Amino acid sequence: MSKFKNKKNTQLPEISTASLPDIVFMLLFFFMVATVMRKDVLMVENNLPYADQVEKLDKKNLIMNIYAGKPSSRYHLGSESRIQLNDKFADVKDVQSFILEERRSKREAQRPFLITSLKVDEHTKMGLVGDIKKELRKVEALKINYTTRQGEAKNNLK
Amino acid sequence: MTRRLAPSVNAGSMADIAFLLLIFFLVSTTIETDAGISRKLPPLIEDTPDIVIRERNLFRVEINKFDELLVEDIRMDIKDLKNAAMAFLDNGGGSGEDACTYCKGNGDLKSSDNPETAIISLTNNRETSYAMYIAVQNELVAAYNELRNREARRMYGISFVDMEKNLKDVRYGGDKNILKARIKKIQSMYPEKLSEAEPKNQ
Repeated sequence: MSKFKNKKNTQLPEISTASLPDIVFMLLFFFMVATVMRKDVLMVENNLPYADQVEKLDKKNLIMNIYAGKPSSRYHLGSESRIQLNDKFADVKDVQSFILEERRSKREAQRPFLITSLKVDEHTKMGLVGDIKKELRKVEALKINYTTRQGEAKNNLK
Repeated sequence: MTRRLAPSVNAGSMADIAFLLLIFFLVSTTIETDAGISRKLPPLIEDTPDIVIRERNLFRVEINKFDELLVEDIRMDIKDLKNAAMAFLDNGGGSGEDACTYCKGNGDLKSSDNPETAIISLTNNRETSYAMYIAVQNELVAAYNELRNREARRMYGISFVDMEKNLKDVRYGGDKNILKARIKKIQSMYPEKLSEAEPKNQ
């Protein structure tokens, strides 16, 4: 008899919240894995073209980024493609000094391995890209990488 | 009978465990890296020496300002470019000193002698879109990669792309010096000779 009585009187045990931090951490891990960190704030449109014959750029500290594309609409600068270097709009002639500056900030031993990553919007005209390449050749930054998204090349032709 | 409650587990160490996990993932995750087509620009030389290149050893690829692809002045669809480039590179039409022992092409006398002399010339207009340019670059690189893969598989039983991947992999078990020499060898069999003229101004 006492058995039944006992059951009736027992309150439901409190749900333990000790595992709550774990759940939060799990979420944290998910976001950590899924996010790509970006160093520069983009001021230009940057829809990269697709390619599948790609190489990965592993050594982050050896990469110099040059962005190009139409200025974002919030800047009201028209639709002429522009270059962005280090959070600033830049001219073609600024590319040389940018490369030299970046080079100076790296250690001597790293300098020969620097790679210039061209992050160019797919709607950019080749004229601008050609100008950038010419400037890069002038300062002997010959290793370049056309950064792309993974996908078949025919995705570019729409 | 004594009342039995489920004994409460001390949750104080839970946070420590979570931190351990956090640190583990922090150390072991690599943040997604960028990828792209790597190229090497030619150095800027003031006076270029005149080198005579036979017409048949030159594969002209042009992208005009309407994003149309012209191969040897004939319009071509982008999906045919890779095969056309491969046929040109792998032709092996030379004889005697210029003969190519590993080529599997048709040996057409109007096409390239051997992969070492075969040059792909890429011209674009200032008005060409970057997307089209990358698509063409991608196809040309694919042509080289496929030929290199074929030879690497024949000689070493592993594709060229995998060899390069192994070279970058820190956990690769084999001898990296041998691997490097092999990659060099394959590269010299199909050297990437891609010449880019300055964009035409029209």
